[in-house]
Amino acid sequence: MQGSAIEIENLTKEYPFGFLHLKKKTSLEGLNMQVATGEVFGFIGPNGAGKSTTIKLLMRLIFPTAGSARILGKPISDVEMHRDIGYLPEQPYFYDYLTAAEMLGYFARFQDLTAADRKDRVQRMLKKVGLDTAHKIQLRKYSKGMLQRVGLAQAILHDPKVVILDEPMSGLDPLGRREVRDIILELKRDGKTVMFSTHILSDAEMLCDRVGVIVGGRLRGVGAPGTLVDMKTQGMEILFELRGASNAPLLSKAARTGACYQLHVAEEELYAAIEQLRGAGARILSVSQVKATLEEFFLNLVEADRAQASAVEVSGK
Amino acid sequence: MRRAGVVALNTFREAVRDRVLYSLVFFALLMMAAAVAVGQISIGIEQTVIVSLGLSAISVIGVLISVFIGVALVSKEMDKRTLYALLAKPVRRWEFLLGKFGGLVLTLAVNTAAMALGLLLVMLYVKHSLERSDAVVLVAVYFILLKLALIVALALLFSCFTTPLLAILFTVGLYIVGLYVQELRDLPVEVMSPAMAAFTKWLSHLLPNFENFNVMAMAAHGRAVPGALILQNTLYAVVYCTIVLTAAAVVFSRRNLK
Repeated sequence: MQGSAIEIENLTKEYPFGFLHLKKKTSLEGLNMQVATGEVFGFIGPNGAGKSTTIKLLMRLIFPTAGSARILGKPISDVEMHRDIGYLPEQPYFYDYLTAAEMLGYFARFQDLTAADRKDRVQRMLKKVGLDTAHKIQLRKYSKGMLQRVGLAQAILHDPKVVILDEPMSGLDPLGRREVRDIILELKRDGKTVMFSTHILSDAEMLCDRVGVIVGGRLRGVGAPGTLVDMKTQGMEILFELRGASNAPLLSKAARTGACYQLHVAEEELYAAIEQLRGAGARILSVSQVKATLEEFFLNLVEADRAQASAVEVSGK
Repeated sequence: MRRAGVVALNTFREAVRDRVLYSLVFFALLMMAAAVAVGQISIGIEQTVIVSLGLSAISVIGVLISVFIGVALVSKEMDKRTLYALLAKPVRRWEFLLGKFGGLVLTLAVNTAAMALGLLLVMLYVKHSLERSDAVVLVAVYFILLKLALIVALALLFSCFTTPLLAILFTVGLYIVGLYVQELRDLPVEVMSPAMAAFTKWLSHLLPNFENFNVMAMAAHGRAVPGALILQNTLYAVVYCTIVLTAAAVVFSRRNLK
């Protein structure tokens, strides 16, 4: 791993609530995490897990109860460091009285860019996110997906070294999602560090060098999607066709999908199962290893967290 | 400071696009009606009526804009979360606040200047000529603008730590109290206990004194405003706004956004 672009140490956020704010709800608990320079890091977790809280803490929109974080080696309290950061908020909403070009021009003025450079970048960004034909329309007339695109454009407008995106695929149609995926991959090719939160696990699997799974305000696992999932590798899947009837005992365990059958068996039972199926007149189409998906890994963690929360509630602690 | 300027210009653009300057239409209609009506009144008091009405209208329209838009400057950005993307840029929170304040004061300055011009035109129509002493109207308008800047600063401060509704109530409440600060100072302290007298004196200096900015009677009668008062009011507004905006910046820089 190269040097860390983002370093988070024991980051904790508690929100006071109730009468006189005497009670506290922990939204994020002692988060320790690093994102390496140049990597695409996915932050996944269910609603309320603490993903947006972490990102807001990094952007200093909220302040930590404890812990610290550094981006590009500088403490997050250093506002000047924001020159090198791009940020897309969750469900972004911008000044609706501005057009997309005006809004990007406005944000560009906070960077050290010449007027000509600002104009050039605004046009390039609008083209990149597919809004070059809609740049004269006020943002109040934009759809959710268009706002998401313009939000992405303002995040990368100033060519930042670190890009932090909060649910960048939210509200996008399949085409839009693919375009965002392409932009993230392009950022990676350009050597940028990208950290994004998402609910869409297939996107995380497809794009990320590493993912962090956060549930109930605590980080439950960090690693390459394959590494995390490999821990849960289980069994083999046999896909076969069968013409005519057969009484082979294994067939009762197979699931029919269209003209084919799917059978899950343990790894050590694979050869015996194939022999039995061939004996029954089946034509084997494919044999593949069954890996737990990131989704299953994720859901297991969420279920375990819920079970633990219920147990605490029942015991009255 | 350059970044505060960028925010200020955008705030001005927002106010223009939100049709804040439409208030000028209302003012224009009011002054046209006044000009026609004053022709029916006996000679000699046209200037008093026109100037009093014009300055009152400038003040009321300005106060309404200052309170309602002043409170919305920050609260709207927080509610709609437009602030998130902005604060991710190299902008300090105090620069954002200062820019918002500057943008609305610029809007009010343009609005007030346009209304002042309208008032002078109506005076010209009624009197058929303008005299040197009529310049006092411009001083009165300048004082109104100083007062509005102070109201915007207070509205901004309150909106940094409370809900928009409460911020409006606090700002309006403080404005009304501020109109009677002189009465507070004139209370007979000799009949009060020492503690109460000290508290009254302390409070009368702490509260913004909006009555200082009212020279409407002088303007209506064409009496000159002393230069010392212009300097005093300018300094008072600058110092008071600086203190209030500093307090707002301290509160806002520690605030967790939603």
